[in-house]
Amino acid sequence: MAEYRGEIHRRQKELMQQWYARLDESARTGWPPAICLMISGNCVELLEAFGIVPMYPEVNALQLAIRHQSLEPILAAEEMGYATDNCAYVKADIGAYLLGLTPSGGRLPRPTLVLCNFVGCNTYIKWFEHVAALLDAPLYVLDVPFLRSEEPSPADVAYVVAQLKEVVARIEQLTGVPFDMERFREAVRCSQQVEELWSRIKHLARHRPSPFDAYFDAITLMGPLYVYRARPEGVEFFRLALAELEAKAARGEGVYESERFRVVVEGPPPYPYFRAFRDMFARWRATAVASTYSTVGGIWEFGFRHDPERPFETVALHMLAHNLTNRNYLQRYEQIRRYVREWGADGVIIHFVKSCRLFSAGQGDMRDYITKALGVPTLYIESDLEDPRYFAEAQIRNRVDAFFEALERHKHAIAV
Amino acid sequence: MVEEVLHRCEAIIRDVSFATVRRWKAEHPEGKAIAYFPVYAPVEIIAAAGMLPVGLHGAGDRLEIQHADARFGSFICSIVKTTLELGLTEHLAPFDGMLFSSICDSARNLCFVLKRNFPHLYVDFLHLPHNATSASSRVFLRHEYARLKAALEELGGREITDERLREMIERYNENRRAIRALYDWRAAEPHRIRAWELYVLVRAGDFLPVEEHTAMLREAGEGFARRQARPRDSLRVVVESAFCEQPPLGMIRLLEEAGCYIVEDDFTLGRRWFTEDVPTDGDPLQALAESYLDRSVASSVRHDGRRPRVRALIEKVRARRAQAVIFLIAKFCEPAYFDYVLFKRELEREGVPHLLLEFEEKMYTFERVQTEVETFVEALLFE
Repeated sequence: MAEYRGEIHRRQKELMQQWYARLDESARTGWPPAICLMISGNCVELLEAFGIVPMYPEVNALQLAIRHQSLEPILAAEEMGYATDNCAYVKADIGAYLLGLTPSGGRLPRPTLVLCNFVGCNTYIKWFEHVAALLDAPLYVLDVPFLRSEEPSPADVAYVVAQLKEVVARIEQLTGVPFDMERFREAVRCSQQVEELWSRIKHLARHRPSPFDAYFDAITLMGPLYVYRARPEGVEFFRLALAELEAKAARGEGVYESERFRVVVEGPPPYPYFRAFRDMFARWRATAVASTYSTVGGIWEFGFRHDPERPFETVALHMLAHNLTNRNYLQRYEQIRRYVREWGADGVIIHFVKSCRLFSAGQGDMRDYITKALGVPTLYIESDLEDPRYFAEAQIRNRVDAFFEALERHKHAIAV
Repeated sequence: MVEEVLHRCEAIIRDVSFATVRRWKAEHPEGKAIAYFPVYAPVEIIAAAGMLPVGLHGAGDRLEIQHADARFGSFICSIVKTTLELGLTEHLAPFDGMLFSSICDSARNLCFVLKRNFPHLYVDFLHLPHNATSASSRVFLRHEYARLKAALEELGGREITDERLREMIERYNENRRAIRALYDWRAAEPHRIRAWELYVLVRAGDFLPVEEHTAMLREAGEGFARRQARPRDSLRVVVESAFCEQPPLGMIRLLEEAGCYIVEDDFTLGRRWFTEDVPTDGDPLQALAESYLDRSVASSVRHDGRRPRVRALIEKVRARRAQAVIFLIAKFCEPAYFDYVLFKRELEREGVPHLLLEFEEKMYTFERVQTEVETFVEALLFE
C-alpha cells in the first residue's frame, strides 16, 4: 500500500543523518561534546545553550530495530546477564555498545555527562546507571516528581529548577564552556515555535480525511522533533511539514484514497515489524488521527509551550506535566478520551509492548475504561517495540482484521 | 514459648482477611487503616494521624487471581495482580486508604488503577526522590511529607502535631532497633535464629500496631536466647532482590534446608529501612526527609549517586562475612533484573560466588530450586 512520501520524508532523513554525523564528529574530535539524554520530557534546551549535541539511546535503539538489527545486540546483552523480561530498548542499546554496533555505521562519542531526566520511566534510571558504568562516564539523575495531582505544585517546580541549575554548573565544570543565558533563551524560543507548528500539524488530523497518520507518520516527524526541537533547523523543518500537510488538507487528500476508519493508537509501535504493522491498518484504510506514543517527548496539542521569558520554569513544567511519561495513568485515559471525542475516532487500538511497563502495565484496565465507560470499541494486541521475537504476525493480523470487520458492523449499526 | 509467637506471626502474615486490622479498627472506632505498597513508607506520619499503617505485600499464595489478569495482562509481576485482586474481591474492605511510591512503573500504574476502581478509598502516590546528591531533594521531600500529612489530617479529621510525630518516630525507632539487633544476632548465630523465623517475626509487624510488634520481638528474643542450638555446616549467604514481592515461606525454608545460613536479606525491607535512628529533635518531617536521603539502607528502588548499590552489596557481604550471594528475584521484577547485571559484574570482580533464582509469590513446588541450591552449596562448601 503506497502512502504519501513528500519533501518531509527526504528532509527528515537528511536531518537525522546530519545528527549522526555530528555525533561521529564528536567521537572523532571530541567536539562538540555529547551528553546522553532521554527522549521523554527532557531539557535539551539546556544542552543547546552550551552547543552540546544530545545523544539519545532510545533513538539509537529504535533505529536498530527498524533496520532489523536489534536481535543480535539484545542477545549479546542477555548473554551479559540481562533478563528476557528486561526492557529490550536497554538491551539493544547496551548490546550494540558491547558489539560496537551503531545505527548509522559511524562512531558514537563517549558522553561528557550521562544526564538522566527521570520522568516517570524507572527504567530510565537503571538504563543510564548502566550506560554510565559501562562507559565510565559521570551520571546526573535529574529527579522529576511524578505528576500525582492535576498540576505540579510550586515545590515540584522549585525542585526541578534547582536541579536544572545544578546541571548547568555541572556542564560548565565538565566542558569549561560558560552558560549562555541568551543562547538558552534562543533554544527555548525555537522549542516554542516548533511546538506551535507541531501542535498545528496534530490538529490537522481532525480533518476528514486526515492528511497524515498521527501514529505512523507522526513517528517520521518525531526524529526531528526530538533531535532538533531547540534548533533553527527544527523550526525550518516543521514549517515545511506544516505547509505540506496543510496543502494536502486543503486539497482534501487523506492518507488513503478514501478514509474508512479513524482510530486512536495507544502504545509504541513494534519497530522490528514497523512496515508489516502499518500494512495491517492500511489494508483497512484505517488512519490514526491521534496517538499517545507521539506525546512521549511532549504534549503540545493541548496548549503548553516553552516560554523564553521563563526559560527555566517552563523547561521544568514541560518535564513535570507536559509529556506522556510523567503524567499518571488516569491522565492518559483522559488524553485518549479527548482524542476520541475531539479528533473524531471510531475506535482505539491498544498495543501492549512487553518491554515497557510504563506504557503497558494496566492496559487491561484502560481497555475496560474505554469500552465500558466511554463505549468505544477497542482492540488490544501484544508484542514488543524492539524485540522481534514477540511479534506473532499472523495472529496479530487476524485480530486486526476481526476488529475492523466488527467496527464496520458497529458503524453500520450506528448509521442505521 | 518462642514457637508460639512464631506460630502467631505465621498466621498473621497468611491472613488475607486482615483480622489484626479489623480488630484494631474495632478497638479504635474513629481510626483508619492505611495500607502501603512496598518498599518504604513514612509510617510515622500515618501512625501520628491516629491511623494504622499496614504493609501490604500482595496476597502471596492465598488468593487465586481471577479478575486482575484481565487488567494487568502478561509480563507483569504477581504482587501487582494479587494486590488488585484483593481489591476486586472485597478483601481490602478494612482499609481506608492506600499509599504508593516511586519504586517501579507497574506499581505506579497500579496506584492509579486502584484509584479509578475504588473511588471511595484514599489513594495517594508519594514521590520519593532519586537525587540524594542535590540539597534541593531535602526541601522537596519535606514538602512531600507535609502534603501527605495534610491529606491524612483531612481524612482523619484531626491535626497531626509535631509532638505526636516525634513520639511515633521514637516508637518506630525502637521497633527498628529491635529488628536490627535481631538481624545482627542472627548473623552472629544463624543456627539460633532461622531465616524463616526472623522473616515471619519481622513481617508480622506489617499488620500490627508498632508497640505490639516491638513487644513481640522482645518476647521472641528472649525465647531465642533460651534455645539450645548447635551450629551446622552451612554456607553463609546474603539474599538479595526480594525487597517487594515476597517469596513463599517454603522457599525461604528451602534455602536453609538446602544448606544455607541466610546472614543478611532484604525481605520486607521497609521495616528496617533506616541504618540508624531517625532524630527525634527538631522538625520531625525534616528529620524523616533527611533520614530517607541519608540514613536509608541501599535498595534497588532508590537511586543514591553518593553510594552505588553495587558497593553497598559488597559491603554487606563483607560485614556479614558471607561466602556467597543468592539473588531471589520475583518474576518480572524489573528493578531487580536490572540491578542483577551490575551486581553480578561487581561480585565477579570481587570473587564472590552468586546464584540467581526466580520466584513467584504463589509458587508451591520447589524441587528444581532445591536441587540448584544444593548443587551450589555443595560446590562451595566442599570445594
